[in-house]
Amino acid sequence: MRFIEEYRNGDLIGRLAETIRKTAAGNYDFMEVCGGHTAAIRRFGLTSILPPGINLISGPGCPVCVTSIDFIDRLVAYSRLHDTVIATFGDLLRVPGSQSSLESERSAGADIRIVFSGFEALRMAESEPLKTVIFPGIGFETTAPGTAVVIKQAAAMRLKNFLVLSAHKVMPPAMEVVAGDGANIDGFICPGHVASVTGSDPYRFLPEKYKIGCVVSGFEPLDLLQSVLMLVNQKNCRKPLVEIQYSRAVTPEGNTKAQRLLCEVFESCNATWRGFGTIPGSGLKIRDLFASFDAEAVIPLDLKSPAENISCICGEILRGIKKPCDCMLFRNACTPDNPVGACMVSSEGSCNTFFRFS
Amino acid sequence: MCLSIPARIVKIDGTTADVSVGGALFKAGLQLLDDVKEGDYVLLHAGFAIQKVSEKDAQETLDILNELCNDSGRA
Repeated sequence: MRFIEEYRNGDLIGRLAETIRKTAAGNYDFMEVCGGHTAAIRRFGLTSILPPGINLISGPGCPVCVTSIDFIDRLVAYSRLHDTVIATFGDLLRVPGSQSSLESERSAGADIRIVFSGFEALRMAESEPLKTVIFPGIGFETTAPGTAVVIKQAAAMRLKNFLVLSAHKVMPPAMEVVAGDGANIDGFICPGHVASVTGSDPYRFLPEKYKIGCVVSGFEPLDLLQSVLMLVNQKNCRKPLVEIQYSRAVTPEGNTKAQRLLCEVFESCNATWRGFGTIPGSGLKIRDLFASFDAEAVIPLDLKSPAENISCICGEILRGIKKPCDCMLFRNACTPDNPVGACMVSSEGSCNTFFRFS
Repeated sequence: MCLSIPARIVKIDGTTADVSVGGALFKAGLQLLDDVKEGDYVLLHAGFAIQKVSEKDAQETLDILNELCNDSGRA
């Protein structure tokens, strides 16, 4: 396929790894923020061809993994309401809440359906006017503009039975927490598809405030190796910068039309991230103008405090402090078939990718 | 979750397009992009085209990669 296969050329991969080996001197701790990068690095075995001094650490950029238990508890409660459909991306189905998951509720008879796009949920609401369709809005700046389009469309259609429960988040505030957390990161591999929407400019605070370099990377093996080489060079020269490796899809300013739509429908709010707690300004809340499509506003719930498994270390893994193999549950009580923590659920979660590819 | 796939626009019908991913056809909303035409490549994510893929920049990246790898051969 175009724009994929040419970046998987085995000969070039071997030679680029050799260039990295010759350029690297000492130890480098780089964090790949995006779960898509974590999955690609493990799937293509890139850590095995990098020199041992280069340590790649997974970050908090898997939206399923950072989804708060409270959000799942809320969806579970909604799914138990009469004539209610939860139309969700499949990734959320098996994420454990305090007592249950959407998958368990579906087994018990709840109407939970998998969709690949918010538009499918909208069409469902249109064709089944006697049911209330709730679409869980998860994902970062890549996904949120699509939800904004769907909400605007629902408003134009004057739909009364379509709601969104927003857990949409933005990436830079979480990276700022990691940067200021003493995790000793030498460079960030920044999320390429998030940046295709936001541009690379929102990452300028990393070199300017924290002296940490970053490279916005594509998702193929050659993209990731080139990004690693760019970060190695930045550290060698002691010149932290924001660079774009994924220039075929990312510009400094990004997709301004998508950004405008996002701002029209959503406003910034504080958000809870699994493993981090509340991060100021890291969430996207539906604006009052569109409150009639906001599930939280239309169907308020009084939920009990969420309960997390105390042995699960997903939080420390998401902050780059620990690795999956440091967890006593990993491969024992916690497996992809029977996940305890969210990082084992998503195919882009650190624990899930370590389980499958290590 | 933020996975996006390069897809070629086959046919545009208002704000929706048929796009091809390696021959498989999908629907993509075009509301997030201006000035796309049939034959363009876009990133497809959760039912929406979120960004155009620049052929020129894609080639430049490949040129840089080839140069980096040739350097390794000479070193």
